[in-house]
Amino acid sequence: MRGTVIIVGALGLAMAAAIAPVAEDFGVHAVDGRRSGYTYAAAETRAMQDDEFANPGYIWVEKGAELWQRTGGESGQACASCHQAAADSMRGVGARYPVFAPELGKLINLEQRINQCRSERMNAAPWPWESESLLAMTTYVRHQSRGMPVSPVVDGPAAPFFAAGKTLYHTRRGQLDMACIHCHEMNSGNMLRAQRLSQGMSNGFPTYRLKWQTMGSLHRRIIGCDKDVRAETFAAGADAYVNLELYLAWRARGLPVETPAVRN
Amino acid sequence: MIHTPLPKACFTRRRLLQQTVAVWAMTLPALPLAADSPAVQAAIDAIIGDRDAESGELSLTTPAIAENGNTVPIAVAAGGRFTADDYVEAIHILAPGNPVPEVVSFHFTPRSGYARAATRIRLAETQDVIAIAELSDGRVWRTANEVKVTIGGCGG
Amino acid sequence: MDKPRVKVPQKVKAGEPFEVKVLISHTMESGQRTDEATGQKIPRMIINSFTCKLDGEVVFSATLHPAVSANPYLAFYVVADKSGELEFVWVDDSGDTATATRTIEVT
Repeated sequence: MRGTVIIVGALGLAMAAAIAPVAEDFGVHAVDGRRSGYTYAAAETRAMQDDEFANPGYIWVEKGAELWQRTGGESGQACASCHQAAADSMRGVGARYPVFAPELGKLINLEQRINQCRSERMNAAPWPWESESLLAMTTYVRHQSRGMPVSPVVDGPAAPFFAAGKTLYHTRRGQLDMACIHCHEMNSGNMLRAQRLSQGMSNGFPTYRLKWQTMGSLHRRIIGCDKDVRAETFAAGADAYVNLELYLAWRARGLPVETPAVRN
Repeated sequence: MIHTPLPKACFTRRRLLQQTVAVWAMTLPALPLAADSPAVQAAIDAIIGDRDAESGELSLTTPAIAENGNTVPIAVAAGGRFTADDYVEAIHILAPGNPVPEVVSFHFTPRSGYARAATRIRLAETQDVIAIAELSDGRVWRTANEVKVTIGGCGG
Repeated sequence: MDKPRVKVPQKVKAGEPFEVKVLISHTMESGQRTDEATGQKIPRMIINSFTCKLDGEVVFSATLHPAVSANPYLAFYVVADKSGELEFVWVDDSGDTATATRTIEVT
């Protein structure tokens, strides 16, 4: 009799252990409950990201490294002409963008800063959004901050733009009448069909997405979200998205820059 | 007393049903491989011909559930260290559930050292991915793994 | 085609197989997709073959079909008895090729 009770008791404990949520160790990929999309990815996808050779995103890192040295436009200058070695000059840049640009009176993100350099310093044509060249250069520059904590400046002159981004994040939009917060905060961790909803962290962008089978910008991803809720999308690079990008960067504060991440 | 053992005989309708299903499941014969479509059979015949395929020393590594059917990592390994006249000539990967069943063929030589290879493949749906190895002595090894392909929630 | 990525050990031991990894940028257009704008099938355009030679002799090759993922990745083994040059060649449906070479030092 006592034996039975002990066995049943032990079974009960074992079951409780199996059912109780185990605090998973996500290492550097989670900070204070904020979880990188890495922690929601399948083991094979994480392995693909971690192996710097198998990670297809490095194709764009290498293309970016070539473009960094290549002269363009009428100036005869390359990025390297002013900025020398990207490993030194660009380290930390990708961790803090987007930033307030006094000359524009608004925020500017990495893609826009690269094109600003091209048109104003190099007298070269700006690269179209989502073009291979712009993706490669953005990936290359942000990769220089890989592992550094996302650390945007959201006060001072950036404050009103941060507030606008925050408002957009919480605004119901589209025929489904949903805001970002509905999937990525209120339901993160829950299943949407066979897919687990992440917290929508931006620390891995530009990201190699298995669905796209190529590299893509954060704005391309947000446009995808907008289409999912059947909302009118903004154009990539629109002020509304850059403001949202700053709010997303703040949500991801402290998480490591993972560019180039690999995601489903 | 917190544990009341069930009486030995307990012929409630539910219990009878449970037992019947359990017994039926235990007595199921090993299911034969699903019949291959003509295109798949043709692709297999093109490799194997009239030879008999054994399971042999062929391993195929695949995820049980593919996060995305566009990019499924796979790895194959067959036999051990090659010698000049005893080696694996080729390993073929077939995906019977794809529009085109042939996926990739790895061709080895004694200079490959090992019949080991890895790549990433597209799977249109949940299916048994097939690997077939051809050995230098004419033997054929065959294995298969089921890979479940999920449909993501986000169209974005 | 763009410049491929190749990973081989710089120094290898004579007679001991070593792993080679290659990755190349290519959309691997399967021929199964439809252009949403025109309703027409997008023609197949894939890398259909890959060959690895050591000092001119084929040591490993692969035949690729449309089900190989975009930006094809391959890993395989090679064994060398003496220092030499590895040559890698990718060929796509248009006949376009990409090549890479790596010198390996056998110790």
